[in-house]
Amino acid sequence: MHREEYLRGMRDGIPVMLGYFVVSVTIGIAARGAHLTAAQATVMSLTNLTSAGQFASFAIIAAGAPYLELMLSQAVINLRYCLMSCALSQKVDREMPFFHRLIMAFGITDEIFGLAVGRKGKLDPWYMYGAMSVAIPGWTLGTLLGILSTGMLPPSILNAMNMALYGMFIAIFMPAARDHKILLPIIFVSMGASAVFQLLPVFDFISSGMKIIILTLVISLAAAVLFPIEEEAGDAGCGDAEAEIEAEAGGKGAARA
Amino acid sequence: MRNYIYILVMALTTYFIRVIPLTLLRKEIRNRTFRSFLTYVPYVTLAVMTFPAILSITGETWIAWVGFAAAMVLAYNRVSLFVVSLGCCALVLVLQLL
Repeated sequence: MHREEYLRGMRDGIPVMLGYFVVSVTIGIAARGAHLTAAQATVMSLTNLTSAGQFASFAIIAAGAPYLELMLSQAVINLRYCLMSCALSQKVDREMPFFHRLIMAFGITDEIFGLAVGRKGKLDPWYMYGAMSVAIPGWTLGTLLGILSTGMLPPSILNAMNMALYGMFIAIFMPAARDHKILLPIIFVSMGASAVFQLLPVFDFISSGMKIIILTLVISLAAAVLFPIEEEAGDAGCGDAEAEIEAEAGGKGAARA
Repeated sequence: MRNYIYILVMALTTYFIRVIPLTLLRKEIRNRTFRSFLTYVPYVTLAVMTFPAILSITGETWIAWVGFAAAMVLAYNRVSLFVVSLGCCALVLVLQLL
């Protein structure tokens, strides 16, 4: 039973592994900019498994910023994993041994979560372990290959690889804007505010990591106050977040299949 | 050595974010504003990280604008993550070589 779920998870995880491999090559290339060694970049990918978080960390590490700033940036950038974790807490069997929750949590990423919520009924942790056991090596080895290849690739390819990373970010936040009309203006306001923060020299005293934190907290809070999301009746814990992320994952899954 | 401390700090923070709701959450979050805030955060943070940083991926800004616009349109139309990512990567590569 668990064995079947594990194998099924591995099989479903293969497209995720391939995608991770490509994107993590760009992460490895970007890691060079923070003067990380190949070993450090690889350890970071293995232990963190967060594209946006790792990418943002490079500027913070390169600047020699305080640990607190790094913590804050990771907490804010990865807050979406917190939402997914909420959703998974409703999806597992309450009788499941507690240690499974500790291991499953490590594998919460946009794509693995997308696979997990797509399973019918209660989620068997072994399904997630199957997906994790192929996706995590893909992410880690891609990073290693990326950082080792930086000296060898021409700038045009390195630039294009950067585009792949931003393309992935866009593909995470844009599909939901189609279903939730309010998201589109919020996304454009976020981009506009970010451009203003970046371009006006008055804000130069704020580090790039802090800019992300401040903008995210202020804009999200303003949006939550101005456009609160109506609760759907009979929803169990973090319901709308789950529904929203599920819709998003469904979109990806459908295109992938 | 300092880099390893950075990596450890990151890894612990990210793990806590992932593990806390899954292990502690027994009740649903009731506060509507807080729930809305949590829902909006991922979109805002990724949008902020993407723009205007995406414009400096190449020396030629117009190429970056084309890649950015293509990614936004494809993603809005629910083209899969890996196709958006690789398609725009290929587009930017080709435009640079022209």
